[in-house]
Amino acid sequence: MNKRLLALLSVLVLASMVLVACGGGDATEPAATEPAATEPAATEPAGPMGTLKIVSSLPMTGSSLTQTQTIVNAMQLRLEQADYKVCGGSYEIEYEAWDDASAALGKWDPAVETENANKAAADASIVAYLGTFNSGAAKLSIPILNAAGPLVMISPANTNPGLTKADKDLPGVTDSYYPTGTRSYVRVVAADDIQGQVAANFVKNELGAATVYILDDQELYGKGVADVFEKTANEIGLTVLGHEGIDPKAADYKALMTKISTSNAGGPPDAIYVGMVVDNNASQLLKDKVAIMGDNETVKFVGPDGIQTQAFIDGAGADVATGVYASVAGVPFSDLPAAGQQFKTDYEAKFGPLTEPYAVYGYETMSVAIRAIEDVCAAGGDPTDRAALTAAVFAIADFDGALGTWSFDANGDTSLTDMTFYIVEAGAYKAIGVFK
Amino acid sequence: METTKFKFNLRRFTFSALILYLVFLLGPIVGLDIPAIAASIKANPLQLVQFLIIGISNGAIIAIIALGYTMVYGIIELINFAHGDVYMIGVFTSLTVLSLTGTLESKDPGKIIFGLVLALVIAVVFCAILNAAIERLAYRRLRNAPRLAPLISAIGMSFIIENIGLMWAAQAWLVPSFGTTGGASQKSFPDMLGILFTSMGWDINLLASTGIALRFTIKDLLVIILAVTLMTGLYLFVQRTKLGKAMRATAQNRDAAKMLGINIDRVISATFLIGGGLAGAAGLMAGLYNNTAWWFMGFRAGLQSFTAAVLGGIGNITGGMLGGFLIGLLASFSDGYLNARWTNALVFATLVLILLFRPTGLLGEQTGQKA
Repeated sequence: MNKRLLALLSVLVLASMVLVACGGGDATEPAATEPAATEPAATEPAGPMGTLKIVSSLPMTGSSLTQTQTIVNAMQLRLEQADYKVCGGSYEIEYEAWDDASAALGKWDPAVETENANKAAADASIVAYLGTFNSGAAKLSIPILNAAGPLVMISPANTNPGLTKADKDLPGVTDSYYPTGTRSYVRVVAADDIQGQVAANFVKNELGAATVYILDDQELYGKGVADVFEKTANEIGLTVLGHEGIDPKAADYKALMTKISTSNAGGPPDAIYVGMVVDNNASQLLKDKVAIMGDNETVKFVGPDGIQTQAFIDGAGADVATGVYASVAGVPFSDLPAAGQQFKTDYEAKFGPLTEPYAVYGYETMSVAIRAIEDVCAAGGDPTDRAALTAAVFAIADFDGALGTWSFDANGDTSLTDMTFYIVEAGAYKAIGVFK
Repeated sequence: METTKFKFNLRRFTFSALILYLVFLLGPIVGLDIPAIAASIKANPLQLVQFLIIGISNGAIIAIIALGYTMVYGIIELINFAHGDVYMIGVFTSLTVLSLTGTLESKDPGKIIFGLVLALVIAVVFCAILNAAIERLAYRRLRNAPRLAPLISAIGMSFIIENIGLMWAAQAWLVPSFGTTGGASQKSFPDMLGILFTSMGWDINLLASTGIALRFTIKDLLVIILAVTLMTGLYLFVQRTKLGKAMRATAQNRDAAKMLGINIDRVISATFLIGGGLAGAAGLMAGLYNNTAWWFMGFRAGLQSFTAAVLGGIGNITGGMLGGFLIGLLASFSDGYLNARWTNALVFATLVLILLFRPTGLLGEQTGQKA
């Protein structure tokens, strides 16, 4: 009996493992189709001397996969263009796409991100950590990697201002992320102090709204951008009727939307601003808003880059999503410099149509990593020296990349501050212009 | 005797006073500004009714799922963690049926009604069989094992089914609107009832023509009717039929029931079948009401329904219904009059408070009604 029981249990465990593996199929793809560290070695027997490992840590289980998959693809594309070799062929690069989400949470998981950071810190062959996607995750890994060399961390997507810039209301918080006192974290995307500010101006000036209701998903990123929006709105005379955090896993938000529908002296507000990522039930929120208050022409629905993804439109349905506005740092594909256009052409030739805005940032992070390694080699240094590499990343100035020509400041922020707004039309996001 | 009674009352009194004190101390943080709430109710009394409607509709769905938990717990004292996920499969089954029958693109009322009824039947049957299969596969052999073994097995089943949902949501050939964004993202469940009513030239809001500023939609009505019908049916089934009697007997004492010639395995299978069928019906209702299909939706629904079952008195069918409606109302009023940020905290604080005073839940574990 006991043996049979054991057999049954092992079959169950096995079955669930198989299913988990299948279920995460999309997520594991990058690892499966992955770089082929052996390829260059096989084609060139003379071969490179050393191996440098670069890892990315992005949420690849959950709705964000739509965005993160394109980021990983873009990183691989950049490496393929370099033939996985740096420093004149004396080092080969090995790339691994790590997942910082878990099936249990359906989005980035603090435990997994911490584990990833610790794993990277302990592996001496890793020279750069590309990530994270979510600001809340970056908050956990920055201190771990900072104490490990420091191992340089380059993010394609974190936009919470506090990661790099000290907030005068929260003294010491930003510094506490960097226990060694040396900065080791940079991002190629503009922070939310710019995004929230531009969004508030956009809602008031471009959409002509006088009143706004703010909702956030209670995460570092979502609440951060919503707070900046609220602060700017108060400064420019846009009336904030309320600011609430939502339960990101609730079945529906009809009661909340009913309340909001009478918050403006008995009527609905002119606009609703949501600081959230798509994984946190953004589609459901929009659906209930439309059910209670009507389409997005009557009451405008505006969000940050966290909802600028096809998954958001698919979840809400194309009809419901029509007229939603979302902002993304940077310029639309059509306004990118020649290098950016080239990237899009190359990407689409290999992976198919590209609509997600973050792919080019993924490409840029990998370019930064490669450039820093080359710089260290050119100066006669050792690219496996993490501290030297970190210094080389911060030294990057007037970088001529796919996003344009830009530099990092001492905090690790990019000098690019353009913000593009998109609107949903016929089931897809369309760029409407660049705002500052 | 009298002294103990007095002491007991004193303890209760101190307890209540302490809790009232805490409510007034912590209340303002969560937005419990009583004068402001009173003013808002006075200014717009209809809105109170609106929150009531929303709360009851959401509560009805929670209650139906809660019945599955409570029935299974009543009969084999197992918390079937996979139950919430069976409900999620119900949502995907009905969406797939609607897609394959071409109902999603249809504007013809007759076709839509046919599609919806077919989706209901298939979702109920499929989820019933799935739930019974889970019992057969993962719980039956562990029936006499230590309590923790089937519990862990249940958690494992929950993960398996969640991952099946994750794969299902990626199958765009089944439902074209799933798109190419992969199985992990939320999928739209088209508003079939809205389309049906519009196509028949009626307003989806049943009160639109009366001029009352309230939204009582056909969706609310249908969810409530379906829920009440299913619950009444279940109650009568358990109380009046032979199999229902066998279920109650098994719940009271499995060995004695066996000695009296009741086929325990069959009774337990029947319980899982009914529970699964209810979850399937709840799946279609939730899909039509909230218009979302998501592989992860069973987790939160399961948590809420389990809470509802415990709140009402686990193992007690009437208690499960009461708990479901209570949680729905509590969440709706908290969203409406307090801050949405605190809704979950409030729901669970209420659970803790009720369990402090009545550890067996609101209605208690009445063995007579246990099924």
